[in-house]
Amino acid sequence: MSDVATSGAYYLPAGLPAPVPEPDGLDRPYWEGTRRGELMAQRCNRCHAWQWGPEWICHACLATDVGWARVDGRGVIYSWERAWHPVHAALKGHGPYIVVLVELPHAGHIRMLGNLLGDPHQTVTIGAPVEAVFEAHDDAKTPFTLVHWKPV
Amino acid sequence: MKDRTLRGKVALAGIGETTYYKHGQAPTSEFQLALEAILKACGDAGVDPREIDGFSSYSNDRNDPSRIAAALGLPALRFSNMQWGGGGGGGSAAVGNAAAAVAGGVADCVVVFRALAQGQFQRFGAAPPLATVSGEPAMTFPYGLISPAQRFAMRVMRFMHEHGVRHEAQRAIALASYHHAQSNPRAVMHGRPLTAEAYDASRWIVEPFRLFDCCLENDGAAAIVVVSADRARDLPRRPAYLLGVAQGSEHRNAARAHNAPLYATSSFTTVVPRLYDMAGVTPADVDVVQSYENFTGGVLMSLVEHGFFAAEEANDFLRVDNLLAPSGRLPLNTSGGNLAECYMHGLELVIEAVRQLRRESTAQVPDAEVSMVISGPMVTPVSSLILGGESTL
Repeated sequence: MSDVATSGAYYLPAGLPAPVPEPDGLDRPYWEGTRRGELMAQRCNRCHAWQWGPEWICHACLATDVGWARVDGRGVIYSWERAWHPVHAALKGHGPYIVVLVELPHAGHIRMLGNLLGDPHQTVTIGAPVEAVFEAHDDAKTPFTLVHWKPV
Repeated sequence: MKDRTLRGKVALAGIGETTYYKHGQAPTSEFQLALEAILKACGDAGVDPREIDGFSSYSNDRNDPSRIAAALGLPALRFSNMQWGGGGGGGSAAVGNAAAAVAGGVADCVVVFRALAQGQFQRFGAAPPLATVSGEPAMTFPYGLISPAQRFAMRVMRFMHEHGVRHEAQRAIALASYHHAQSNPRAVMHGRPLTAEAYDASRWIVEPFRLFDCCLENDGAAAIVVVSADRARDLPRRPAYLLGVAQGSEHRNAARAHNAPLYATSSFTTVVPRLYDMAGVTPADVDVVQSYENFTGGVLMSLVEHGFFAAEEANDFLRVDNLLAPSGRLPLNTSGGNLAECYMHGLELVIEAVRQLRRESTAQVPDAEVSMVISGPMVTPVSSLILGGESTL
């Protein structure tokens, strides 16, 4: 999970809405982690259950003492889609791209989203192993980093 | 508390619809469309519009009941209800909420309505013009995971993977809707039949959905008058009695960023048992089904979860002939539905379910007495209802 795509070489064209942390701060540790090249997820300080997406309470034991832990960026493809129709002006003429839902078996089977790097026409196999890749958008008005996945 | 049921206590006594338009082509404002559908429903029911004392809607309908009540000069407003949640998940629930109000003595004559003029507002299928996003959209939009089709494609992909469902199963659902629309002059796709070849040749929107797997976007309005069963018997039209209704979704269905534990469902697995329990019927008793098609894949999951066949039987069951009125095993979306009649957010499906019981459908199932509506697969909450004729009470 050390790969960091160089600025300007983005999987999708520039112009899509940029992610910003929620005003209440709930998901700030995740977005700050991506800037460091670290994948962070919630983990309950009381019962140690993993939780994603973030919430203000642990769904397993109802403790409000929900912490964050670094997650190893390895997982398996749980589902996927290949998008063709451009629903946003930035995607017009771009051609297909792949979105994957990745299950992290070592982190309570939580799932994370991202694009699947490589040939957008590639055969995608549910259950195939993938690895996180960090794509830094340092040139954005408020810099952010996206997490993609690549086959391993 | 005894007798905790709505079964047989209320009826859908009147139905009204505007002309259905392609999106952006409504000649009047969305609010006018809502008023027109409401007045038509009252006319159909034989009820003076001034008798309306409640409104029920869903999916954040923009037309405020208080404004409607003022516009119509209603003497009193006793019930105004908005079902939480987006998409078409509230179509049956809005009827259920109206029915609960009537059965519980909160109001006497509640109108369920939905009005949409997408040309006058943001379209569902296009990305809103945002520079930044936060919360769940921050985890999806930057990856080009934005539209409803993109949001649901991965649930269907996973379902098809788990159960070996082939694309032809989705195709059969699309072909059935288009087939039924050809006998329905109200349908936006009337006169525009769809062949298997044209379906197969259509472009991908997002795999596993082709163009014809996706609903339309339309302008129009629909309304339904809900009154007590006793009152309905004094009105001119054959009452469509509410036998059962249920809403909700599964354990942590809304866990963000696609973390629902039961991911590959249309959200009905915990809703359906209560639906059938209240209605006192089984899947085998259902004569005709209107199943909300945001996308065909959602319909096939809905039909599985409502017990019409097992997921492993989907390829065999979902053949066009099985889905056609008058004599298919399970006549489906007999007006053309969201794919081919009109995307009135599924309220047109409730109206078609009433028509089947009145023997007035343009794709009539002979002697239909148990008529089901399934609202909003894959969103949360979802809802379903079962209507029955006099013989079912």
